[in-house]
Amino acid sequence: MNAITPSPKLHDCRDAFVAVLERLGADNPKIVAVCNDSVGSSKLGGFKAKWPERLVNVGIAEQALVGVGAGLANGGLLPFVCGAACFLTGRSLEQIKADIAYSNANVKLIGISSGMAYGELGPTHHSIEDFAWTRVLPNLPVVAPCDSIETAAAVEWAASYNGPVFLRLSRVGVPDLLPAGHKFELGKANLLRDGDAVTLIANGTVTHRMVKAAAILAEKGIEARVLNMATVRPIDVEAVVSAARDTGAILTAEEHSTFGGLGSAIAEVVVAEAPVPMKILGVPGIFPPTGSAEFLLDEFGMSPAGIAEAAVDLIARKSSRT
Amino acid sequence: MQPNDLDRIAQQIRLRDLQAVFEAGAGHIGGEMSAIDILTALYFRVLRIWPDQPKHPDRDRFVLSKGHVALALYVTLAKRGFIPEEEVATFLKPHSRLNGHPNCNKVPGVETNTGPLGHGLPVAVGMAKAAKLTGATYRTYVLTGDGEMQEGSNWEAIASAAQFGLDNLTLIIDHNRFQQGASLKDTNNLAPFPAKLEAFGWDVTEINGNAMDEIVPALEKRGSRPHCIVAHTNKGHGISFMQDTVDWHHKVPNAEQYKIAVAELSEAL
Repeated sequence: MNAITPSPKLHDCRDAFVAVLERLGADNPKIVAVCNDSVGSSKLGGFKAKWPERLVNVGIAEQALVGVGAGLANGGLLPFVCGAACFLTGRSLEQIKADIAYSNANVKLIGISSGMAYGELGPTHHSIEDFAWTRVLPNLPVVAPCDSIETAAAVEWAASYNGPVFLRLSRVGVPDLLPAGHKFELGKANLLRDGDAVTLIANGTVTHRMVKAAAILAEKGIEARVLNMATVRPIDVEAVVSAARDTGAILTAEEHSTFGGLGSAIAEVVVAEAPVPMKILGVPGIFPPTGSAEFLLDEFGMSPAGIAEAAVDLIARKSSRT
Repeated sequence: MQPNDLDRIAQQIRLRDLQAVFEAGAGHIGGEMSAIDILTALYFRVLRIWPDQPKHPDRDRFVLSKGHVALALYVTLAKRGFIPEEEVATFLKPHSRLNGHPNCNKVPGVETNTGPLGHGLPVAVGMAKAAKLTGATYRTYVLTGDGEMQEGSNWEAIASAAQFGLDNLTLIIDHNRFQQGASLKDTNNLAPFPAKLEAFGWDVTEINGNAMDEIVPALEKRGSRPHCIVAHTNKGHGISFMQDTVDWHHKVPNAEQYKIAVAELSEAL
């Protein structure tokens, strides 16, 4: 296949989210937005202007935010509960567990500015634990789209899916990678580039870095497979097993702790189904120092060059086993 | 249904609850006995419900926020026809759908899963708000414990309910004055409740929560603001040796105590 080249223009995926929400909201009066004072940071100003009564703002009260969302769904509405991912998942985790996942409430949880999007604001505002916290909950799909096209497709899918969803969005600009008209399929990875030396798997803001890393590797004559794996739960077992069998090594990268996130979810499959050498890139179990998201991703080895270097090391481990 | 008939039903529910706790060897009998009169008034008089259509969109919503008294709800739901009466005997047994806290995906009539305290009221606020947004005429009722009001999430929801003008929402606080390990007073005394709720913009009614002739009119009261009923109840109500002692939060009677309790409740039938 032809390798995907990232477009030069960068997009804030919140724009794609609200564009689809407003389009769907026009046809479906049951769609309501619920927020914790986060009208601006969730970019809900347009929604509010169109349907002020359908914007339910509970104020700075995240436990009520999620509980009220569950109640709105019980009353027949389709709530999109929006908040900064760090507060939405951290402050209200028990509400997400009991009121949403265990109760199987048809609520869409939209975690805004996830990962280290709040950069210099520091670890209180980073959401680099949310995959770990949410992916252990039954009934709750966990999805982190890689670009504005996948964000739009995932929002459209979430609205039509009958059950809870955690959609993890960022505000950090990312290039479009997926083709226009892309349809989101839960639990299905997207092949962005094929190769047999190693598989690079990422999601969210890191996928485009993987694509660029694969281009660097190609210059060295190393052909890497690149998978975009937006769905962290349910994980795409088939794609992971094929990657392990076809390429013999898997490198993952994510804007999340290396503990319990995408890499861990993939490792769980690899260990059980097709053991091969793996390397998990992410935030290495520390509270990050001051810096922007881009700076910190580079700092933690997730620049395209850093990823390529890790891939070369991993491939060496693969060869040394044979 | 009139208060006398409701009293009789409440005593029957108490007896069945006691028997189930004794047989299962577990339960939260003190808080069950304090709340059963309120549950009876709701399910046999106040709530607009259809047991054969538990998901009817116009049904009134009831949320048992003090989910640990699930057994009292199960017995009430069974008596009202939501689940078979004989199913109560499966309480806490392996694979029974009647576990220690109610599950809305398994038990018809349960609206949302509760157990961790401080969850029911925010969800009930969402239900009442949904009715406002859609024009639905159902009302939403939620029952919390008094100790449970120590959870901050309740106060987030109380503020939201007033802000949203939810005159279709009724909060009942089962004010039995005891929590798991001590009295409310010796733990984190939020009582008296009325002034606090009023300060948040709620209407408040104080009643004897074990007296049907006070419970029914309070539940049927309509106003222009969210309504809180502070229901003064007795933990272990109806069983003399359990009443108003912290010991009976989740203790199980022995054979001799069970016999005495059955006799006392039967006498009141």
